[in-house]
Amino acid sequence: MSVPILKQGDYLIASIQSALTDSEVLKLRDDLADRVGNFRSRGIVIDVTAVDVIDSFVARSLQTIASTAKLRGAETVLVGIQPDVAVAMVQFELSLDPLLTALDLEEGIAALRRSTGGVDEDGR
Amino acid sequence: MEHAAESVPHVRLPEVDSRLLRELVEYLRQRRTELRQEWVRRITDAQLLGVMTPEEIFLEVTAVYDNYVDALETGSVETLQDYARDLSERIIRRGVETHEVLGIVLLLRDVLARSLFVHYQHDPDVLNRILDAYEPAANRIAVTVGVSFVEERERVIREQQAAIRELSTPVLQVRERLVILPIIGVLDSQRARQLTEQLLMTIQANRAKVVVIDITGVASIDMTVANHLVQTVKASRLMGASAIITGLSSEIAQTLVDLGVDLSMMKTVGDLQGGLEEAERLLGYKVIQAGDE
Amino acid sequence: MADERRVPIVSDDDMVTARAEGRALAAHLGFSRTDATLVATAISEIARNIVVHAHDGEIVLTPVYGDSRYGLVVVARDRGPGIPDVEAAMQDGYGSSNGLGLGLPGARRLMDELHVESEVGRGTTVTMKKWRDRDELERLRERRSDSR
Repeated sequence: MSVPILKQGDYLIASIQSALTDSEVLKLRDDLADRVGNFRSRGIVIDVTAVDVIDSFVARSLQTIASTAKLRGAETVLVGIQPDVAVAMVQFELSLDPLLTALDLEEGIAALRRSTGGVDEDGR
Repeated sequence: MEHAAESVPHVRLPEVDSRLLRELVEYLRQRRTELRQEWVRRITDAQLLGVMTPEEIFLEVTAVYDNYVDALETGSVETLQDYARDLSERIIRRGVETHEVLGIVLLLRDVLARSLFVHYQHDPDVLNRILDAYEPAANRIAVTVGVSFVEERERVIREQQAAIRELSTPVLQVRERLVILPIIGVLDSQRARQLTEQLLMTIQANRAKVVVIDITGVASIDMTVANHLVQTVKASRLMGASAIITGLSSEIAQTLVDLGVDLSMMKTVGDLQGGLEEAERLLGYKVIQAGDE
Repeated sequence: MADERRVPIVSDDDMVTARAEGRALAAHLGFSRTDATLVATAISEIARNIVVHAHDGEIVLTPVYGDSRYGLVVVARDRGPGIPDVEAAMQDGYGSSNGLGLGLPGARRLMDELHVESEVGRGTTVTMKKWRDRDELERLRERRSDSR
């Protein structure tokens, strides 16, 4: 199952709906790289609320997405990491650098606005 | 106040000769003052209810005595049962034990039986019939009071257990988007894990952006626990929340340095007050960088 | 009580199945949600090693019912090329040129025990275990229900 990618203004939102195979992760990586270029997006939000395992391959793929996007001037925020997944990632000692992380979609978009020099709705 | 009313059967006392019963009740009411005093004396002699003053004992005894006689008269223990629960709730918190309550009820049974015996000893036939009427009723009443007490006690224990569970993982929301985790007592590996999980769930449920972990109440820390703390901070960050550690004593700080724990990604502030101020500052504006070291 | 489960690992679809089976068995054994996630993540890593290096193998999940603790044993077997230096493979960063360096050391950090047997040209077997202490109350209840 491929991951739907929505364009919302300057940002792309990829919402992962279920457990992904490695090839689906790679497809997401390539799709995002294409769209960031096509749409000249300034930010990507990847929602992993429904993801129950983030292992080294997924983490590395996400890092690649973020690094590639960064080269094209876009920040990437990972949102919706579940408590148990967060514990597993930390215990595994996985790094997500240079991704940003935020609690949920709303926070993710707010984080993008701040880091890409935009302004929050509440004027911060 | 919620009572498990259905668990004690609403017992009707056995049918007895109504004339004899009236006579029995009449007799107990006439002798109320004397029998109450005798009961209190026996309670004091047996050193029961040591936590209560004589005045308190006399007041409770009077109420129980009257309810007791009413129960004999009406054949219904419901009023007595309600009173017993209410009484139990009051005295359990003061440390009255089950054996004391049972002892008191049995003493009343004895006091009354002895008095009946003395009163009717000239007429063994009537005495026998009076005792036949009295004994099962008295036993029923004793059971009712005892069971009410035990049930009340169990309820209090359940309440306290729930309170203890809550206290052992006390994640507090101070204001919107800010939670405090005060850690008190011995922090072992298992408890550290529990606290981490609880904290992460709270971050999610309260949409917290800053967590203040206060370890003022932690006496000592070892490598395993220190690493747990570091992991907790990292996991919070993955969920979009910044963590601030407060209350690091100089001993613990020294231990952490000696152990070589990587504290570079931990934000520490001397005391809880300072931590809260820092938290407020962070809530004003912030960007969270994953793996920001 | 659940018996062992065998999951053939041929393609990356099978990894998803193996993770789900591991999670289900962990839940069955009373592991916390977090522990179940640790197990599923470790399974994901060693299953990927099979897919990438051996192309064909299996993962066997077995429950262990002790009196004082329950365990979940994961055995991953393949007839692939084998690992020349197991010691080195357990270090962070091994084989990072092909991007697979984190697998074994990471899985070891997630599990309580991890053991690798490998022979070059014959294949690799990874055995991992996760334990859960059972509390007194749980054991009492079980005794009561056993003796009915």
